[in-house]
Amino acid sequence: MAIISINKKLFEKEISKLDENIQDKIAIFGTPIEKIDENEVQLEIFPNRPDMLPYQGFKRAFLGFLGKKRGIKKYKLQKPKKDYLVKVDSSVKNIRPYTACAIVKGLNLNEQKINEIIEMQEKLHLTFGRKRERFAIGIYPLDKIKIPITFKALEPDKIKFIPLGANKEMSGLEILQKHPIGKEYAHLLAGKEKFPIFIDSNGEILSMPPIINSKKIGEITPDTHDIFIECSGFDFLILNKCLNIIVTAVADMGGKIQQMRVHGDKKRILPDLTPEKMKINLQNVNKLLGLQLKEKNLKNLLEKMGYNYKKGTVEVPAWRVDVLHEVDLIEDVAIAYGYDNFVPEIPKVSTIGQENPKEIIKRKISEILNGLKMIEVSNYHLITEKDISKMEIKNKKEFIEVKDSKTDYKILRPNLTFCLLKVLSENIDVGFPQNIFEIGKVFFLKNEKITERESLAVAITGNFTEIRQILEHLFRMTSLTIKIKEPESEIPKHFIDGRTIEITLNQNSMKKESKEKSIGFLGEIHPKILKNWKIKTPVSLFEISLEEILQELADYQR
Amino acid sequence: MNIKKILETLSPNERKILPYLDEKIENICKKSNLDKTSVLRALRYLENKKIIKSFIQEKKIIDVGVNGAFYRKKGLPERRLFDILDKKRILNFQEAKKEASLNDDELKVSIGILKRKDLIEIKKDKIISKGKKGEIYRKMPEESFIEALPLDYDSLNQEQISTLKDLKKRKEIIDIKTKKIIKIEITNLGKEVIKQNLKPGDLIEQITPDIIKKELWKKKKFRRYNLTLPVPKIYGGKKHFVNQAIEYAKKIWLEMGFKEMTGDLIVSSFWNFDALFTPQDHPAREMQDTFFIPILDKRDTPIEKKIIRAVQKAHEKGVAGSKGWQYKWDEDKSKKLILRTHTTCISSQTLTKLKEIPAKFFAIGKCFRNETLDWSHGFEFNQTEGIVVDENANFRHLLGYLKQFFKKMGFEKIRFSPAYFPYTEPSVEISTWHPEKKKWLEIGGAGIFRPEVTIPLFGKNIPVLAWGPGFDRILMDYYKINDIRELYKNDLNFLREVKFWMK
Repeated sequence: MAIISINKKLFEKEISKLDENIQDKIAIFGTPIEKIDENEVQLEIFPNRPDMLPYQGFKRAFLGFLGKKRGIKKYKLQKPKKDYLVKVDSSVKNIRPYTACAIVKGLNLNEQKINEIIEMQEKLHLTFGRKRERFAIGIYPLDKIKIPITFKALEPDKIKFIPLGANKEMSGLEILQKHPIGKEYAHLLAGKEKFPIFIDSNGEILSMPPIINSKKIGEITPDTHDIFIECSGFDFLILNKCLNIIVTAVADMGGKIQQMRVHGDKKRILPDLTPEKMKINLQNVNKLLGLQLKEKNLKNLLEKMGYNYKKGTVEVPAWRVDVLHEVDLIEDVAIAYGYDNFVPEIPKVSTIGQENPKEIIKRKISEILNGLKMIEVSNYHLITEKDISKMEIKNKKEFIEVKDSKTDYKILRPNLTFCLLKVLSENIDVGFPQNIFEIGKVFFLKNEKITERESLAVAITGNFTEIRQILEHLFRMTSLTIKIKEPESEIPKHFIDGRTIEITLNQNSMKKESKEKSIGFLGEIHPKILKNWKIKTPVSLFEISLEEILQELADYQR
Repeated sequence: MNIKKILETLSPNERKILPYLDEKIENICKKSNLDKTSVLRALRYLENKKIIKSFIQEKKIIDVGVNGAFYRKKGLPERRLFDILDKKRILNFQEAKKEASLNDDELKVSIGILKRKDLIEIKKDKIISKGKKGEIYRKMPEESFIEALPLDYDSLNQEQISTLKDLKKRKEIIDIKTKKIIKIEITNLGKEVIKQNLKPGDLIEQITPDIIKKELWKKKKFRRYNLTLPVPKIYGGKKHFVNQAIEYAKKIWLEMGFKEMTGDLIVSSFWNFDALFTPQDHPAREMQDTFFIPILDKRDTPIEKKIIRAVQKAHEKGVAGSKGWQYKWDEDKSKKLILRTHTTCISSQTLTKLKEIPAKFFAIGKCFRNETLDWSHGFEFNQTEGIVVDENANFRHLLGYLKQFFKKMGFEKIRFSPAYFPYTEPSVEISTWHPEKKKWLEIGGAGIFRPEVTIPLFGKNIPVLAWGPGFDRILMDYYKINDIRELYKNDLNFLREVKFWMK
């Protein structure tokens, strides 16, 4: 989530007074206010609008929304002078193939403006740039650089310059190994034989993207008037958009944009702020939004959102990255119209509601157990290593573990017995008897296949007879037949041998080929396990797989 | 209450003890043939009815301690020593200890006492009796005192008090207990009641089959109960409070004609992300936000090839005039299993199976995100999902369904504002007004599925209204819970006491 903060005085001077009305407008514009105090206002910028990450970009868009500016803002571009050139050497082809560059001249910088530039650069890196994985931006004082500039790749040990934040010359490799920023982004160059650099005509290195700039010629100061901007990365379309966002924002700070030639796989002149054209159909707009706009309304609304409109064609500013389809334009029409101006309506379309048959049965099972004064509990689907150790389970092969959980909860529960014993162990001081149950999903590996299924577990602070009464009552209340028998397979370790039965269901009772299927066990919990959980009273429990039961009963319903 | 009614409230036990109220508790027990607990309970009820007044008096009772009891049988140490000396006249310390079977302490104390009484003297480590014949048979005051125990402290005379003082200094000869004594005073009303001379069986207690059959009640009165006394709590079985709320939400959707969808919690990234036009480098797909399951999916129903290719095309080149994300889509990434991060992955699957439109579906279920646990965050949360697939569906309908749902959930004031999700356009953030906190709280998103979602899954560009607001915050509001962990704490006291969802 990207948050930008804007100086409150600046906002009030350049945009509008921050009264309640304007605060509502900000929210309805789609930039929710995160925080507001006497010094600053913090806004959330959604990931589809990186053009609003620079304060200037937000201002440009919001003034339009307020109706103070209309259509695409125009920027003057000065044609490139002869040596305004960036040569992209073929050595970067498999390393970092593209760059988009421009120059902005005549800036009057101060600390605040420099901060604004750095802030925009960081926000773009973090969100639109996916933490520099997609692209990296470099901004340099032009007067310290001798153009033309070359973008090429060199062996790491041949790269030598003093990086920002250091005092001595370091090699490309040293920067990745020792420099704090180098270490943070080292993974982005890992495995590359050569590292990319920007180098000027004096042979001075400007920077080693996407890591760090040179201290000598890669840092802008309040004395800087002209700047060189580059974005480098892997997808030219994205680099181009990123450059447009920065260049226009810096131009809005009082600079003049100067185009450059970028010669690589193609010869380009950048920045190119030619708007893209996209068709919009008034009928589609009205149909999707449920409105009855006329063409002039549509034009008006689009212009408020910073587009130009002419006869069914929309011009999209070159810094917008989010307009992929007509629907993106329609959303902006809706925003300009104001979400609060739409009249909600429920259409008269007749459809029949239907609860999922299996959910109905789960609800009924729950009701039957509620009738026996049982309380339903609800546990997390993830359990901890500690929980498992209390069950004295050695073989964890069937357990499914999630990757890199931020808490101790990292194993998907293989059954609900765990959860019920945990609940009892956390309630040893609460009045008895305690009768609880849970219905929910359990997860395990069966023949290496992930199995996810519904389970039912019931636990009571009581004995074998009492828990059997509950089981038998439950099935008497349904139309299913179960059988209980001495266990044929190995019983779960937490039960006492000789006090445990296996439960089988008569499957396919509606059809001819009915068969018995084991669905679970019932018994008294072994005192060893109870002690592990610090439970002081006897506990009896059953857990059965619900899948077969749900299937069987759902068949009945039909 | 008049006296007649009061008489009818008296239980058999109360009536049994009525005649003996001026006696001690022990005697009441004996004469009424009831145990002490029953008598005390009956007395308390009588007091509630203002028939008696009771006072608690504290009394000090002096009794023998552990050593005192022993000495009462065997004689005090000084007595034992003096008796031996009377025969032997002279003893050294060793002999004295042995003959009188005293320990060091007892010997020391005994010598001290006998010396003070001028009955012995010590010369050259020898104890010599000074007593004359006859004196040994006289009881010492300590002996008489111990024999007389237990005694009421208030009844002691001057001499006894000073003896007690001496004995108290010695180890565990004396034990002083404070005893609470209940004094009963019969009120004027009580005297009236006693005069009536009630028999225990005069009123009907439990109604027995005999009373019904033989109509015995005709000749008797029903004993009146003390109707306002507190009764012990009982607890019923109940559904988990979260599930009660979910059931209500389900009902709302069902009443609006929605069909229920369900789905697995473990899903492939394909359904959760790719089918929903979420680019593969989207931050939500990173490990730190999503629970990945590092196991190959070998479940039985593979995704149709046709759909995979269509989704790939939407990402790489776009569909129906869309530019798409313009990158190389990786099928392997789409196969990674996760715990679903939203219920929208059920909607994406439903769209591929859908045959008839218009159609409306809903789902309510658990979703997961890789989060730490604190009062406002958890790794599990509930979401309520809905889709409306209709040729004529529009944005105002979307707002209409949501407004109706939240109104029924108890939120009169809700706000819709722009939002961003990769799979909807337009997108909506739903906020509810919190009157106590006096602010808008975001509760989740909605929108209309993009053509890049509907065309690959449904085969046709048709408006699909979709929403998936979180459910937990609504619940917490209703149950006045401030800590999200309470929802899964399973404190049985809480679960027993928590109010039903009365909607």
